[in-house]
Amino acid sequence: MKKVIVFIKQVPDTSELKIDPVTNTMIREGVPSIINPFDMYAIEEAVRIKEKWGDTEVTVITMGPPQADAALREAISMGCDNAVLLSDRKFAASDTWATSYVLSKAVGKIGEYDVLLAGKQATDGDTAQVGPGIATWLGIPCITYVNNIEEIKPGYVKLHRMHDEGYDVIEIEGKFLLTVLKELNEPRIASFRGKMNAKKAEIPVWTAEDIGADPAKIGFMGSPTRVVKAFSPPVKQGGIKISAEEDPSVPEKLKSYLREKLII
Amino acid sequence: MGFEKKIVIIGETRGCKIHHVTYELTSKAAELAGKINAEVVTLVCGHEIEKGDLERLFKTGAHRAVVVDSPELVLVNDDHYLRDIADFIKSEKPDMALAGATPFGRALVPKLAITIDAGLTADCTELGIEEGTGLLLQTRPAFGGNLMATIKTPEKRPQMSTVRPKVFKINETYGNPVNIVKKDHIPGKSRIKMLQTVKDLEQVINIAEADIIVSGGRGLGSKENFALIFELASKLNAAVGASRAAVDAGWIAYSHQVGQTGTTVSPKLYIAVGISGMIQHQVGMKSADCIVAINKDPDAPIFNIADFGIVGDLFDIVPKLSKIME
Ligand SMILES: Cc1cc2nc3c(=O)[nH]c(=O)nc-3n(C[C@H](O)[C@H](O)[C@H](O)COP(=O)(O)OP(=O)(O)OC[C@H]3O[C@@H](n4cnc5c(N)ncnc54)[C@H](O)[C@@H]3O)c2cc1C
Ligand SMILES: Nc1ncnc2c1ncn2[C@@H]1O[C@H](COP(=O)(O)O)[C@@H](O)[C@H]1O
Repeated sequence: MKKVIVFIKQVPDTSELKIDPVTNTMIREGVPSIINPFDMYAIEEAVRIKEKWGDTEVTVITMGPPQADAALREAISMGCDNAVLLSDRKFAASDTWATSYVLSKAVGKIGEYDVLLAGKQATDGDTAQVGPGIATWLGIPCITYVNNIEEIKPGYVKLHRMHDEGYDVIEIEGKFLLTVLKELNEPRIASFRGKMNAKKAEIPVWTAEDIGADPAKIGFMGSPTRVVKAFSPPVKQGGIKISAEEDPSVPEKLKSYLREKLII
Repeated sequence: MGFEKKIVIIGETRGCKIHHVTYELTSKAAELAGKINAEVVTLVCGHEIEKGDLERLFKTGAHRAVVVDSPELVLVNDDHYLRDIADFIKSEKPDMALAGATPFGRALVPKLAITIDAGLTADCTELGIEEGTGLLLQTRPAFGGNLMATIKTPEKRPQMSTVRPKVFKINETYGNPVNIVKKDHIPGKSRIKMLQTVKDLEQVINIAEADIIVSGGRGLGSKENFALIFELASKLNAAVGASRAAVDAGWIAYSHQVGQTGTTVSPKLYIAVGISGMIQHQVGMKSADCIVAINKDPDAPIFNIADFGIVGDLFDIVPKLSKIME
């Protein structure tokens, strides 16, 4: 049996985020949670690998509060076989360093695997650090920004990594972790059978003790970084608005506006 | 004179050239270093780096540049780079280490953080020194720029950040004496094999770093019509961006997509053409200094954040703009 493990995170749906007009702070209450959009491509790719290889099991893992169970079930409905929820008060306030440690320990408990997949970044923290972090804890290669997989076999992959000026073509032998971009695939809609599987699935909850995590490396105390302040940036307001029909000179007006502002 | 502390810049190279983010960070480090009496050391890994580029590091505030040169560093294999950088950090023991939040830095530095057991704050847009403690204060956007957070690293060293390109200005007034030191590349095995690097010819200027971006959306209606966007962009010496709708329609490559599932940009000027400005698009571009919107729907959400909105037909307005801009 071959094994693919996918890391997903439950995040607030940014399209539902509202800013409190009085305090200028983000309102998080009542905001629905979704699977981090980039992770949807990781889930889809894992299921495609399973379909291509056969005799392959896809396990999806998240570290989060008990509610994150919903995200795991959604992943199962898309075709993942089983899931693990890492949930423990001791994990709370882990930064990316501690989070990637916890996730790597969970992989250690699972044992054997062929491919690890994560999203490029999570839309809440936007850090893009957890994927490479997990791979480094495990001592395996990690390629970020993957936007095309040319060939994938157990113990081998040939892929494209996007960068500022184009892409690199890269080959890896052995186990590896990839962080993926949207361009890779089109995530499927859950099937009826998938939804039934999701409903029925028994999802184990693992604690720090279960995965043998060093208490000094997890949670608030295990995190090298500390958030000392959070604040809202100034809210952007609309400015000039001109109808081209009423004012045909609007292209010239724009030009002088940009000149005045020294932008062009 | 003796420095009390040390700030390392993890430099980035493209071919034989040093990336501008390295100069930006060297200048910023020099400013921070003044407050804590620190030495500014820029590490440059690559192959046959131009002498002029290395010398420019001293104009922009470096006290010392350490160069690791090897043909093994021509293509960016993270394993080869990581060995050299981790070894350097372990031997120099700096208080702070900064790198660009480019694809290079964002891939490499998280691995470095685990390898050398240090904290890392990603994608910073402001850096400062805390009064009294001398700690590095790292400020960064989260939730697509809806929230800013200031982060520090109280104990582990170095305090590390990746910093977005073009956030800090290059300051060439330092004029420090040239002090280039060579360091041997550490050879080693890697399971990663770099076959080749391919340039995207469409992407003349990349969007993450452009000062001006002209972006097209579904309003363009076809791939052919995207020529209007390319024409205006070339007049303004701008990069070309796109909404997800335009990318999904296959009119332009994904590397141009701006937004939540694309690239976050913060140019001086962002011109949105035929883009409605849904929240997922906005999170990727609303920190632009100036936003111009061209849309025929007066109620399009993009107008809520546009500094200059034009309500009208893009097929009429964009060619006129291309004609008068140069
Ligand atoms: C999880 C998730 C992630 C997403 N990530 C992204 C992302 O990263 N980036 C992104 O852009 N979107 C993203 N989206 C999609 C986003 O919600 C919008 O669907 C998308 O941005 C719409 O693109 P658009 O503005 O080009 O198209 P539309 O919303 O269809 O807007 C087209 C606009 O063109 C105008 N128009 C039409 N004809 C003309 C004309 N002749 N002259 C002038 N104006 C004209 C119309 O009035 C309209 O406002 C995401 C969505 C989800 C659910
Ligand atoms: N708590 C978590 N549980 C599982 N996977 C995670 C978690 N946080 C981050 N990831 C994975 O790491 C990727 C990058 O996240 P981040 O570094 O937070 O931007 C995400 O797309 C997920 O695949």
